[in-house]
Amino acid sequence: MSGLYPRDWARQPKADTPAYRTTQFRSPQRPLVRLEASPSDSTGPIFNHDDLGPDDWNLLTNFAQPGEAPIGPRIFLHGRVLDEDARPVPNALVECWQANAGGRYRHKVDTYLAPIDPNFGGCGRTLTDAEGRYKFHTVQPGAYPWPNGPNTWRPAHIHFSVFGHAFAQRLITQCYFEGDPFIPLCAIVQTIPTPEAVDGLTAKLDMSETAPHDTVAYRFDIILRGRNQTWHENAA
Amino acid sequence: MSRPNKQLSESASQTAGPYVHIGLAPAAAGFEIYEEAGRDIAGPHAVGDRIRVEGVVWDGAGEPVRDVLLEIWQANAGGHYAPEGVEAGFRGWGRVICDFDTGEWAFETVRPGALDGAPHLNIWVVARGINVGLHTRMYFPDAVDDPVLSGLGERAQTLVAREISPGAYRFEINLQGDQETVFFDV
Repeated sequence: MSGLYPRDWARQPKADTPAYRTTQFRSPQRPLVRLEASPSDSTGPIFNHDDLGPDDWNLLTNFAQPGEAPIGPRIFLHGRVLDEDARPVPNALVECWQANAGGRYRHKVDTYLAPIDPNFGGCGRTLTDAEGRYKFHTVQPGAYPWPNGPNTWRPAHIHFSVFGHAFAQRLITQCYFEGDPFIPLCAIVQTIPTPEAVDGLTAKLDMSETAPHDTVAYRFDIILRGRNQTWHENAA
Repeated sequence: MSRPNKQLSESASQTAGPYVHIGLAPAAAGFEIYEEAGRDIAGPHAVGDRIRVEGVVWDGAGEPVRDVLLEIWQANAGGHYAPEGVEAGFRGWGRVICDFDTGEWAFETVRPGALDGAPHLNIWVVARGINVGLHTRMYFPDAVDDPVLSGLGERAQTLVAREISPGAYRFEINLQGDQETVFFDV
């Protein structure tokens, strides 16, 4: 343990999820061993603005040629990083990566026939502000086929990597988009045991943050494990 | 255990997938975009014994996990986790990827000092087919008096690296099998 609330395994994917075939040989078969609270897990790396470039959050510009832009629907993807006590997690490093609007990744092992977009790298990173807020400007990724079965497609998604203040809070997850008909069909989504937890990974259209005539907005909040401590505010 | 003020639940984890390098190590994906975080675990001014660690993450079919990404989190030689009590430039955190053909990975750092047990490196393992990132530890062959190791019985040896030459260690991580590495619920 780490001084954090124990991880709620009822809301997390199991390791061995046969419908997602690759887990068959990559899932530990023995139970995880619980650790007592230790500085090894309750501490974690700290990042600052010197680690980042000013344009890193903007996937529309961080790889594009001057005066050009990637193809696809322009979106803001924004939200807050909170802990389980609904407290903002400031100064959290949030990194993302994604396919382009055609569903193709800029990765040497991706051979999907949709073309690479010369103006789109597909990664971004930012630090949350004092209220835990982050924002990316990007294009909505496309769905794409993957070799889990004879006709299997990933819903449009953006991968997220998030640091809290403890290494035990470390999280990698994926953000989906509301209304995508591939969500209930996807074996990776279905590793998540509860509909509520799937909904928690589904970004919602957010008209309040759109840029009119420019960019639509989706909201995606990320919840990290909270710190197990006395509830001073309500103490009798 | 009571949780009087827990209002939200942790977001569900999802696999890092095969394209994790785009986000976390883009040069390995095949493009240059920005200076990558975590390339130098100990930094240029770290004191202590320089070490090299190498290994492979093995799947249950005996194949190397060729798309694995590791994160390392460690104390400095004095047994302090950053940012308190460490040398300038010491973060103690880094990312390690493997050769896409062989699955071999390696990194250089300094040997950590003892803190609340024997010196160790904390390692977090993510890859395609791993739904929730796996926390483990690497100890050194001379590890003694460690409360975590002593509670693991014969499985403790899955967390102990082998010294292959002075200052160079090899650490195999087995996701399954008779020698399945101990992974922790931290």
